[in-house]
Amino acid sequence: MAFLSYLFSGLSLGSVYAIIALGYSMVYGIAKMLNFAHGDVIMIGAYISYFVMASFGLPVYVAVIAAIAVCVILGVTIERFAYKPLRQAPSLAVLITAIGVSYFLQNGAQLLWSSSAKMYPSVFGNGQLHLFDGQLSISYLTIITILVCIFVMVCLSLFINRTKTGSAMRACSEDKGAATLMGINVNRIISITFAIGSGLAAIAAVLFCAQYPAVSPTLGSMPGIKAFTAAVFGGIGSIPGAFLGGLALGIIETLTKAYISTQLSDAIVFAVLIVVLLIKPTGLLGKKIREKV
Amino acid sequence: MLEVKDLVVKYGMIEAIKGISFHVNEGEIVTLIGANGAGKTTTLQTISGLLKPASGEVLLEGKSLTKINANKIVSLGLAQVPEGRRVFAQQTVLENLKLGAYSRNDKEEIEKDLENVFELFPRLKERESQLAGTLSGGEQQMLAMGRALMARPKIMLMDEPSMGLSPLLVKEIFRIIENINKQGTTVLLVEQNAKMALSIANRAYVIETGKITLEGTGAELAASEEVRKAYLGG
Repeated sequence: MAFLSYLFSGLSLGSVYAIIALGYSMVYGIAKMLNFAHGDVIMIGAYISYFVMASFGLPVYVAVIAAIAVCVILGVTIERFAYKPLRQAPSLAVLITAIGVSYFLQNGAQLLWSSSAKMYPSVFGNGQLHLFDGQLSISYLTIITILVCIFVMVCLSLFINRTKTGSAMRACSEDKGAATLMGINVNRIISITFAIGSGLAAIAAVLFCAQYPAVSPTLGSMPGIKAFTAAVFGGIGSIPGAFLGGLALGIIETLTKAYISTQLSDAIVFAVLIVVLLIKPTGLLGKKIREKV
Repeated sequence: MLEVKDLVVKYGMIEAIKGISFHVNEGEIVTLIGANGAGKTTTLQTISGLLKPASGEVLLEGKSLTKINANKIVSLGLAQVPEGRRVFAQQTVLENLKLGAYSRNDKEEIEKDLENVFELFPRLKERESQLAGTLSGGEQQMLAMGRALMARPKIMLMDEPSMGLSPLLVKEIFRIIENINKQGTTVLLVEQNAKMALSIANRAYVIETGKITLEGTGAELAASEEVRKAYLGG
């Protein structure tokens, strides 16, 4: 039973990683860049939702909506002013810029809200679901987190696979020139991608802070880097890959903490990444780039 | 319908197109023929807005295209079948065709055009729900042409539609181009297969290292000594 309980907390942590990883993966799939500022968008989302709940005393759904709104605007603005001018630049320049944006956001947050951590309010209470005569307890938070992740994943898949805009996004990820010939405004599609990724970051922020309730300017870096790892692990650019990679990483991390060592858990997580990439360099579900003339 | 005036296109310092002018009248099939690297693809990509000219102008029905964003040009009635087909390999045949109609909102008319494309290319109907990447080269060419037709263009630009296809398929493709033209679409065709291109073209231009060196009707050029020597194998 202890194992099942660890598995559920792993799934719950993994769900948060998966939602963040979706943002990395979608942006990579379409803009072909690694948005290292993604983790810091999460941090901003965490502060916004914190203020809405703690300072204004508003309910959690208002906090989520406010965080999504601010993060979407922030994400689109970052893309417009920091990345769009570099559309033709070498990818190294874009990467360095993304790291710059990341530091800018972290230090900005420190300036505005100081570096000391703020206590995130308890969002979903401490209620638990008891199963098997109380042998297995799962917190509501865990269940909500997993359900939200599944909901996000289903909505996103439907959007990408069934709508005209989704089809246009997939077209842009394959061939921007041909997409332009179809009349697709590639810049607009990239903006939409950043908007979706940043909105997801806001959702992840609330779920993450509900599990680890300390909000500080560097809050985004660790989940950010782990979710990036999850995206690579699952196959960067692939949406089901991000989902699978996130869940896998969360479970590995939690089980490692439970059975091997808390201190070594991150080392083991990254070691698994290295092994996966050695065996399958495109990640679990990554596409091989096939060229046919 | 389409007029290209003194077009100059540069890649960095290199002039790929050194001031060319030509025109396509409504209802015509016009072909640009020339060797590899003569500037044919560059010319087409500049017309459809993927490349920006250093100077000169492209006019579609009297309206200048040079200042218009590439993605807006298709809704003005100009569609391109790019070199190497460039179908969206990870999407189905049907999704590819629907992307061709991306800039349109008239649902019923799109359905009609879809029927028409499937009539022109029965093979595409059979493979409707297959991923485009799994099609053969000839089928991909048909898909690229069908996709361009879905924009209901007034003029269609085709870049090397015969490239890499068997002689039998090349004939088939050229027959379809003639059909498309008969249905009322003006065609600007770029080809290395000069013989086939000249046989269906009303008029033709020969392009050599970024300049137009000869022009005339399809039959005139097919009979010309220079063209025969350089492009038709004696």
